[in-house]
Amino acid sequence: MLEIKGLRAGYGGVEVLRGIDLSIKSGEIVAVLGSNGVGKTTLNKVLSGVLPASAGEIVFEGRSLTRASAVDAVEAGLIHVPEGRKIFPNMSVRENLELGSYRRASKNRASNLERVFNIFPRLRERTDQAAGTLSGGEQQMLAIGRGMMAEPRLLILDEPSLGLSPLLVEEMFTLIQSLNAEGLPIMLVEQNVVQSLETASRAYIVENGAVTLSGPAETIRNDPELKRAYLGL
Amino acid sequence: MYSLDITLEAVLNGLLTGAVYALIALGLTLVYGVLHIINFAHGALLTTAMFAVWVAYTFLGIDNYVLIPFLAVIFYALGYALQRFVIGPASHGDDGNILLVTLGISIVLENALLAIFRSDTRSLTSDFSFEVLEVGPLLISKPRLIGFAAALVVTLLLWLVLARTDTGKAIRAVAKEKLGASLVGIDVRHIYAVTFGIGCATLAVAACLLMPTFYVNPRVGGAFVLVAFTVVVLGGMGSIPGALAGGLFIGVVESLSGLYLGESLGQIGIFLIFILVLLFRPTGLFGARA
Repeated sequence: MLEIKGLRAGYGGVEVLRGIDLSIKSGEIVAVLGSNGVGKTTLNKVLSGVLPASAGEIVFEGRSLTRASAVDAVEAGLIHVPEGRKIFPNMSVRENLELGSYRRASKNRASNLERVFNIFPRLRERTDQAAGTLSGGEQQMLAIGRGMMAEPRLLILDEPSLGLSPLLVEEMFTLIQSLNAEGLPIMLVEQNVVQSLETASRAYIVENGAVTLSGPAETIRNDPELKRAYLGL
Repeated sequence: MYSLDITLEAVLNGLLTGAVYALIALGLTLVYGVLHIINFAHGALLTTAMFAVWVAYTFLGIDNYVLIPFLAVIFYALGYALQRFVIGPASHGDDGNILLVTLGISIVLENALLAIFRSDTRSLTSDFSFEVLEVGPLLISKPRLIGFAAALVVTLLLWLVLARTDTGKAIRAVAKEKLGASLVGIDVRHIYAVTFGIGCATLAVAACLLMPTFYVNPRVGGAFVLVAFTVVVLGGMGSIPGALAGGLFIGVVESLSGLYLGESLGQIGIFLIFILVLLFRPTGLFGARA
């Protein structure tokens, strides 16, 4: 459902993505892994239309999104839950969720709100609280909940486990699996290699702006090069 | 000392003027809160609106109160276009550039008005300007009372729009979290322009309310904006309740210091307050602490 070919992008004259090839099929969890600064977040920004691509192409459900704006990407159902959550701190939990359906699925706002509250009962308890006063884990739930409000066709999660306690990290990966079990394809962009490989069906390893290794999560987990580079084995 | 009646009347007059100050400050504080820029063209846009009221009244015979909705819509469109097609593209995302662009717009507007209308001072000639309401010993100017009520209604309306509508929520979202807003599909450039348009529309309303009791010349906006800046700082940059409370307070301060220090020194009180706020509470009464 998502095909990326030879994607290049960067900031000013500095090229960060040097020809990324990647694909996601419907119903999959695909992990995109790599250490800090290899271009994972840049890739997400290009996919969600915040940063323009300088070369290559992005096709999403048969439609080209290569030159798409952020508005086009959301309209197409490609929803990006960013690193650092980027929730609206001055607004209530409910208002944050309502804005999730600003551009898409606004007709089903009430029923989707109920659905998000069922997935995250903690958010229901904090409906009228300012989002900036939530704990880190609750803010991450809110960010994902806000993404769910747009009825995503594909959900991109950028570092959902970052800054969470080990227990919450565990909970987060369980949640990702349960969202996927309902048929939602997820692109999981993470530094947490071990747990991501347990959750995902396939994975891409990104280094220096290009994919260096890809395949079924099982195979990648046993790759001697990866073990050496990321797991210190 | 003055008698209680006179002091009371000064306080009342201050409140009436203060509501219009609040309205002018509202546009300034909203644009600051969302776009994070000081709009230096605010004064010149107010002057332009006041001339528009004068022209409509004098040459077309349109009552200044009837004009309110029409002028508000025209100025909304003007503000939207200014931000979308002039300020936004010219700034290339750099706040320093935006400052210069708005300053440039104000110079162009002021001089255009000077070229068209000369530097003469003009006012509406209507009997209504002098009508008063007698309440016990107090004399209340009718046009100022209407101005007060209308300014409060506009403030309330704006607050409702920001709190309840999707566009209002999008404005508040963009104010604090631009990237997050883009990722839920909010068109940030559109919201910037809408915000600037609303700021200009409040100026148009303020101009319609001011004209019956005030005069206009090509430089008159500057005086109001100086006061509006004080109101914005006093109330807290970006805060709407702050603008209202600050406007009313500044109106009363100006009126009382005018009474006790003489009309020509009336504004001293305002700037004393300004300095005190900057010294002791730089975030303002309603401003978020840094």
